[in-house]
Amino acid sequence: MQQNAPSAEPIVSLRDVQKSFGPLRVLDGVSFAVARGEVIALIGRSGSGKSTALRCIDRFEKVDAGEIVVCGHRVDRPDVNLRALRQDVGIVFQSYNLFPHLTIEQNITLAPCTVKGMATSQAKDLARKVLAQVGLEEKLHAYPEQLSGGQQQRAAIARSLAMQPKVMLFDEVTSALDPELTGEVLKVIEQLAADGMTMVMVTHEMGFAKGIADRIVFMHRGRVHETGPASILTSPTTPELTQFVGTGNLKS
Amino acid sequence: MGGHLNINHLMFLGQGALWTIGLSVIALIGGGIVGFVIALARISPLKSVRIGSAVYVQLVQGTPLLVILFLGYFGLAAIGLKVSPLAAAGASLTLYVAAYLGEIWRGCIESVPKPQWEAADGLALSRTQRMMKVILPQAIRIATPPTVGFMVQIIKNTSLASVVGFVELMRSGQIVNNSLFEPFAIYAIIAVVYFAMCYPLSLFSQKLERRMGRGRSNLAPA
Repeated sequence: MQQNAPSAEPIVSLRDVQKSFGPLRVLDGVSFAVARGEVIALIGRSGSGKSTALRCIDRFEKVDAGEIVVCGHRVDRPDVNLRALRQDVGIVFQSYNLFPHLTIEQNITLAPCTVKGMATSQAKDLARKVLAQVGLEEKLHAYPEQLSGGQQQRAAIARSLAMQPKVMLFDEVTSALDPELTGEVLKVIEQLAADGMTMVMVTHEMGFAKGIADRIVFMHRGRVHETGPASILTSPTTPELTQFVGTGNLKS
Repeated sequence: MGGHLNINHLMFLGQGALWTIGLSVIALIGGGIVGFVIALARISPLKSVRIGSAVYVQLVQGTPLLVILFLGYFGLAAIGLKVSPLAAAGASLTLYVAAYLGEIWRGCIESVPKPQWEAADGLALSRTQRMMKVILPQAIRIATPPTVGFMVQIIKNTSLASVVGFVELMRSGQIVNNSLFEPFAIYAIIAVVYFAMCYPLSLFSQKLERRMGRGRSNLAPA
């Protein structure tokens, strides 16, 4: 990886991004940037476009207009090298999406071996290392179905980490989990933040966002409606954010 | 005419039954290989490949197997291509089975939950790597019960090869009947032999399906 760019250059930047699903305008001119090492929490009501914005960064959705640059890749362009982009970007989904026919170890070593051509023994060492990072060393040879939801999600984070991404995207990664399992996943993400990982997360856990995010991006009707440090959650300036955090979202 | 059903007749029927199995295996292997290509072609990123394979499937599925067999044997002979009954029957069944297995397998591939495809994409796997390492291993589990079930259809459909003179179980029954003229007894025997070949496969297919049902949690949440 070449890092000629000055560190002030954002790792992710969206400028005036537009996206419609049929007649429905989901993103209506979204702009924000993520600096190296920064943790961004994307918040907002269901349908505000936050998940779509996140998916655009990894080009799981194609934008209609606007500019997206991620680690130097022009994601908005049709000729973007998707595989190069996705080696730089890790994504973790709400539904874990571990591969059910593979053990946790195989889930983790698959991409390093097939995409990066890493030797099997080296990949296995890597698997142990990233599993230790999420506290699951003992599950190396288990199958996903033998794990609890929280453990599966931690394994999915480890799988993503094994590709050594420059930025990680989290798409409502605790929404499918019981409250008691949510905590163990959030702890892993907190540790990643402490280690300096650049992260963009869509989350409904306001308490968590407040504790971990360097910056909050509040989306409303397909636009960035208010943005600022975590303190905007306790003293919002727009009535929409006031209402959003006031509707019981800011607990714990 | 005359005489009674004896051991020689039964041996002849047994030989026919073996050819039924042989022809079924040829149809399954040939149809499986071509069907696999059809299944992949049906979900190809190239529109022309998708359309071409869809047209093939529709043409074959909209044509009686009997007509395909006639075309393969009498039709080719008429334009100067002399083929043996075995080659004609094998090729016709291969084309026929490929169209059906291709569609069954396409459905199985597409029924692997979309998040699994996205997870593979998110890890920077190429199309081929995604298919070979993530999608096909899961699709094969889904495809096994309907494929075994379809083998029952293949076995029964090989009886149509009797019309091009291929001596499988059905044709050997006709030949024995021509000398004994005991249609009820002989065709009853034939029916029992077909049943004996098909029923275990049906049972096996059902068992696989039940096992799949139990293992539903193996599939990732959609």
